Amino acid sequence: MLDNLIIFVLAAFVGFEVISKVPQTLHTPLMSGSNAISGITIVGALVVAGMIGGTWSKWLGLVALIAATINVVGGFLVTDRMLQMFKARQPERKTSTEKTEAASVA
Amino acid sequence: MKTTLIDLSYLIAAALFIFGLKRLQSPKTARGGNLIAALGMLLAVVATLFLHRIITPIEMLAGLVIGGAIGAVLAVRVPMTAMPEMVAAFNGFGGLASALVAIAEVARYLIPEVPGLAVLFPLPIEQPPFDVQLAITIVLSVLIGMVTFSGSSVAFGKLGGYITGNPVLFPGLRLLTLLVALGVLGSMGFVLAGAETFPMIADPVVGGIIALTGFALILGVLLVIPIGGADMPVVVSLLNSYSGLAAAATGFVLDNTALIVSGALVGASGLILTRIMCEAMNRSLLSVLLGGFGGEASEGAAVATAEGKSVQEATVEDAAILLAYANKVIIAPGYGMAVAQAQHQVRELADLLQERGVEVKYAIHPVAGRMPGHMNVLLAEANVPYDQLYEMDEINDEFETADVALVIGANDVVNPAARYDKSSPIYGMPILNVDRAKTVLVLKRSMRPGYSGIENELFYLPNTRMLFGDARESLTKLINEIKAL
Repeated sequence: MLDNLIIFVLAAFVGFEVISKVPQTLHTPLMSGSNAISGITIVGALVVAGMIGGTWSKWLGLVALIAATINVVGGFLVTDRMLQMFKARQPERKTSTEKTEAASVA
Repeated sequence: MKTTLIDLSYLIAAALFIFGLKRLQSPKTARGGNLIAALGMLLAVVATLFLHRIITPIEMLAGLVIGGAIGAVLAVRVPMTAMPEMVAAFNGFGGLASALVAIAEVARYLIPEVPGLAVLFPLPIEQPPFDVQLAITIVLSVLIGMVTFSGSSVAFGKLGGYITGNPVLFPGLRLLTLLVALGVLGSMGFVLAGAETFPMIADPVVGGIIALTGFALILGVLLVIPIGGADMPVVVSLLNSYSGLAAAATGFVLDNTALIVSGALVGASGLILTRIMCEAMNRSLLSVLLGGFGGEASEGAAVATAEGKSVQEATVEDAAILLAYANKVIIAPGYGMAVAQAQHQVRELADLLQERGVEVKYAIHPVAGRMPGHMNVLLAEANVPYDQLYEMDEINDEFETADVALVIGANDVVNPAARYDKSSPIYGMPILNVDRAKTVLVLKRSMRPGYSGIENELFYLPNTRMLFGDARESLTKLINEIKAL
């Protein structure tokens, strides 16, 4: 128990350290990506549902498994969909000569 | 040996999650980072399937396939404009899963021991004796997971417009919330008290867990329902944090390091976002959670109109000329752009201006929209390069050198009263300095105030021009007008 608490606290510090540097532009993907990571509970669902047990624990585990899988698969896919939209400026930029032309028209 | 292998693969998975999150620090590496995190998850799942002695693989596979298919269809089909509610929904599923795993763990103790069965099917993990310590982790997991689930469901409804986005307040709401919270504490106490004799005497624990599930579900609803639309960025980040904490709590239940580490990471991430959102609104987390503030003022609601002040309405022609012959235009989008789904028109207008040599930048307020980074995702969908988007602190000094600040569907985040008017509900909230631009062009549906229901004096400034109408229609007209110039 104490070991687990230590792991939890240290991991939280790592999380704070890594995530504070994420820029505002990526806050939504960060949220949905980290959300997909919280679907790690899928591992717990597998363990519980897969073990020998009564009908109740098996069914609860199976529902948990489905919910967690939706979370994991949906979360990572939707994050990927978002992230592929984030593009840097294309290299071809308008020159300032056109700008002065526009200004002279004015 | 086998447990060592499992633990090692969980360790690698956790490391991959951290690597993946670290790569989210730049849009260039972010997509790869997401892939790395997904690989970590795959590793954890495969290791669990193969290394644990999973007894009913068919059902496991069925669960994975069904869940995976639902998740994939949802993720691929959802339009970008529906992203806030989608994130809330996925969040809810994560919380539900964590809580159900903890409940299933209780149910597992209810099987009578059959002599000989243990030899036929040796348990993959030693079943530790049920004690108070285990009971504490279980009740926490059930509580956090279920609150996350029902809270996220309400957030999903509010964000998707299935239920009203306004704060839902009724007399006695606070009292009811308090009573339900007491019910939560009571049922948790019941479970803990019965832990020593469980599973010999099963009823107190089973009944307590069922009551706790019910109370926690109601509590989640009561906590989110009084919170209005514009405060949603805080709620969504907070629920995100909860889903991580729920996973971590389940990790304590199962004594599983992978869950604890990942849950802690996500919990931290959600908390950071929550703090950023609160700071961007200059409101304490408590005041957001107490709710009742962030509603949309209804159309035609009685608002103290500024007497003796008049707005200067611009025609489409005026506005087009203003923009077309400017040197520098800064666009400040808000939730109105999301509602009108005008991001593509915004991009088109910006392209057109850039072709004419106008310098165009976007100023993004941290709480513009309904979730952290909402505007950035919408503009990215419309192919706006992310390096044209600037955070508030980066661009606020630049408004003075801008010819036009184009405000599209933003209101409170550009209200100058936040700087000095101590009586204003948004006093102290950091705002975009659009009023410092030479001309402010505001695209707005009507004179209706923002969610805080307060008058925005920006609209009455001598350098402000208003262009009334739906943002998408106004932008289309502007684009045509500029093309014709």
